[in-house]
Amino acid sequence: MGEAAKTVIFEIERQNSTDESSYWEKFELPYRANMNVISALMEIRRNPVNMDGKKTTPVNWDMNCLEEVCGACSMVINGKARQSCTALVDQLEQPIRLQPMRTFPVVRDLIVDRSRMFDSLKKVKAWVPIDGTHDLGEGPRMPERKRQWAYELSKCMTCGVCLEACPNVNDKSDFIGAAPLSQVRLMNAHPTGAMNRDERLNAIMGEGGLADCGNSQNCVESCPKGIPLTTSIAALNRDVSIQMFRNFFGSDQSFFVSAENTQAWLKQMSFAPVFAILTK
Amino acid sequence: MDNNREFLMRRLHSLLGVIPIGLFLTQHLIVNHFATQGVEAFNQAAHFMANLPFVIFLEIFVIYLPLMYHAFYGLYIAFTAKNNPGHYSYMRNMLFVAQRYTGVFLVVFIAWHIFETRFQVAIGAGEADFNMMENILSNPLMFAFYVVGVLSATFHFANGLWSFFVTWGITVSAKAQRYSTYFTLLVFIVLSIIGIRALFAFV
Ligand code: HEM
Ligand code: SF4
Ligand code: FES
Repeated sequence: MGEAAKTVIFEIERQNSTDESSYWEKFELPYRANMNVISALMEIRRNPVNMDGKKTTPVNWDMNCLEEVCGACSMVINGKARQSCTALVDQLEQPIRLQPMRTFPVVRDLIVDRSRMFDSLKKVKAWVPIDGTHDLGEGPRMPERKRQWAYELSKCMTCGVCLEACPNVNDKSDFIGAAPLSQVRLMNAHPTGAMNRDERLNAIMGEGGLADCGNSQNCVESCPKGIPLTTSIAALNRDVSIQMFRNFFGSDQSFFVSAENTQAWLKQMSFAPVFAILTK
Repeated sequence: MDNNREFLMRRLHSLLGVIPIGLFLTQHLIVNHFATQGVEAFNQAAHFMANLPFVIFLEIFVIYLPLMYHAFYGLYIAFTAKNNPGHYSYMRNMLFVAQRYTGVFLVVFIAWHIFETRFQVAIGAGEADFNMMENILSNPLMFAFYVVGVLSATFHFANGLWSFFVTWGITVSAKAQRYSTYFTLLVFIVLSIIGIRALFAFV
C-alpha cells in the first residue's frame, strides 16, 4: 500500500435488457473509508468511466431501505447472493465481482424481476382471509411462545436470496423455493390463518411445491434474516404427511369432501376409468 | 397447484429408497459378510437366499421394480438440480451433490453388477457362489470398481436415510437433524465396514 492512492476494483456483469447477452465491465474507484457496494455503485453512476478509461453507461441497480429490510438491493457478490447495502467493501475480497441473481429474469444490469416470488405467495395462499359481509369480531388469541417463533418467520423480505442459493430452483424446475414455503408455516401458525390450514397444505402439495426440496439447506445458510427455513420445511413435511392421510381417508376439512375436488383428483391421477365405474 | 401427482411420486421415491431398497442393501451386505467366514459359510448363505420360496417374485417386487422406479426417477431428480458446491460449500450442500453423484454412479454400478452375477445365473452361464465373486474380484480394476460401488451405495443409503427423516417430517428441529447426522454417519461407517470386509474376503 503506502503513498499511492488506494483504489477498489469492481467487475460487474452487465446486461442491457432481458433478452440481450451479458458482458463484463471493470471499474476502478478511489477508496473511501467504510464504503459499501451501494456507495461504490453510486460513485460509478456519478462518473461512469470504466477501467479502460472509456465513458460508459451507469450501472443499474435496485435499492430502497438501505438497512437490509426491503431486499430490493439483492445481488450476487463474489459468488454469493446477499444484500449490497450491507456488503462492506472492507470485508470483501478484491476484485469485487457483482452479478445479477440469474434465478430471476434480469431487467437490466443488476436489477432482476422477482415477481415470481409474489406469484408463489399467491399460489400458496400466504395470507389470512378475514373479509366477510359483516364484522366477524376478534379472532382467537395467539399463545406468546408461538408468537415468538412465528415472529422470526415474519421477518422475510422476499429478497430472493434463498431461491438464488437453492440448487433446485432453476429453469429446469418450477420449485417455488424456501421463502413462500416458510410463509405457509407462518400463516398456518396464526390462529385465524389456521382455519384455512388445509388449503395451504394442499397448495404446497401441488407442482413445484414442498416435494421439490432436496435438502441442500443452502437457504437457511444464506438467509440474511436468519429465518429457520429448513425447520419450516421439515415442519411442513410433517403437516403434509398427515394431510395426505386426511385427504385420503376424509375429514371435515378434507380435500375430498367436495365432489368436485375428488373428481379432479381422480382425473389427475389417471384414475378416470375407476371414477367412471364409481359414478355409474 | 392442486395437482399433487408429483408430490405422491416424490414421496414414493423417498419411501422406496428405504423400504425396500435400503433394507435390501443392508441384508445383501450382511449376507455377503459370510464370505469372511470362509467359502462354505458364504455358499451356504448364498444358497439359502437363492432358494427362498417364490424367489423370483421377491426379486421382482422387492428389488427390481422398486429399484428401477427409484433409479429412473432419481436420475430425473439428479439432472434437474443445478449443483452449486463451489460458492455454497456448506456441509449439507456438499452431501446434496454427493447424493446425486453417487446415485448416478450407482445406476452404472448396479446394472453392471446384476449383469455380471444374477444375469449370468439366469442364462445358465454361471452359479452365484464364492467362486464367481472370487473370479470377478481377482481383477484389481474390478476390485476397485466394487469398492467404489459399495461405498457409493452405503453413503447414498445413509445420507438418503437422513433426508428420508426430513422428507417425512420425523426430524424437524435443527437439533434433531444434527443428531440424525450423527446417527446416519454411524450407519454409513458400520455398513461400509461390513461391505468392504466382505470384498476383501474374496481376494
Ligand atoms: C443402492 C440403492 C439405493 C438406495 C438404498 C437408495 C436410497 C435412497 C434413499 C433412502 C433416499 C432418500 C429419500 C429422501 O430424500 O427422502 C434416496 C434419495 C435419492 N436417490 Fe437413491 N437409493 C439407491 C439408488 C439410487 C439410484 C440408482 C439413483 C439414481 C440416480 C438414486 C438417486 C437418488 C436421488 C437423486 C435422491 C435424492 C432425492 C431427493 O433429494 O429428493 N438412488 N435414495
Ligand atoms: S427467507 Fe430469507 S433469504 Fe428467503 S426471501 Fe425471505 S429473507 Fe430472503
Ligand atoms: S436496500 Fe433494502 S435491503 Fe438493501
